[in-house]
Amino acid sequence: MQINQFLILSAFLFCTGIYGVLARRNGVLVLMSVELMLNAVNINLVAFAAFNHSVSGQVFALFVITIAAAEVGVGLAIVLLIYRNLRSPDLDHVDQLKG
Amino acid sequence: MVAENVAFWIIAAAMAGAAIGVVRTQNVVHAALFLVVVLAGAAAQYILLAAEFVAWVQVLVYIGAIVILFLFGIMLTRAPMRGDTELDNDQRWIAAVTALFVLGVLVFLLVDAFGDRAIKVDDSLRAVGLSQHVADSIFRTYVMPFEIVSMLLLAALVGAVAIARRD
Repeated sequence: MQINQFLILSAFLFCTGIYGVLARRNGVLVLMSVELMLNAVNINLVAFAAFNHSVSGQVFALFVITIAAAEVGVGLAIVLLIYRNLRSPDLDHVDQLKG
Repeated sequence: MVAENVAFWIIAAAMAGAAIGVVRTQNVVHAALFLVVVLAGAAAQYILLAAEFVAWVQVLVYIGAIVILFLFGIMLTRAPMRGDTELDNDQRWIAAVTALFVLGVLVFLLVDAFGDRAIKVDDSLRAVGLSQHVADSIFRTYVMPFEIVSMLLLAALVGAVAIARRD
């Protein structure tokens, strides 16, 4: 297996995540797109761990998984609060600071 | 070697299709189910790369916990299920152009930098991926980041409860 096939798969997932973050309006879907991007990073880390025959990349991937779990917990709490205050999970309605 | 490549491309095609499903579907619950396909495909890729411990942590934490959290989030925000409300904003085209531009730059850079250098999957790599070595690395080399990440998890837990609490 070449390393590039893993890196290009992960680049594709990352760019799909970019599209989702920019084009989605629903807060939960934006968080899902962020998860896609974090997964792309994990695939990169594990691929480079295998490329270098070193375990460090796998440990970093485990840390990224932990931080992703924390991020989803806090992120969903924020989306829940937005829903409670604005009666809608749409991020386009969060524009009180707009001039 | 050939079998591994065939497995890679089948899983990669499924992951790519499901990833597009996550960002394109007009049903929020379907997006969560597409996300499960992407996460399971990533776990399968980790097994191809002889990282079994990371693969099972991926299955337990991502598919077992994070997707359930997403389903709870969908339920609590009463997101539209039947596509009666628009889930996308009007930046679709500029978002697609941005994503394709980043993808083009990344693919060009990766092909330029790594060409066709191969990952050698042999017995020494399988030995590296054993959970014994992962545990040794976490609790020796990376013990400080490990403790800091556990503090971060605690802070995120308390923070999530404090933010979402009804008072």
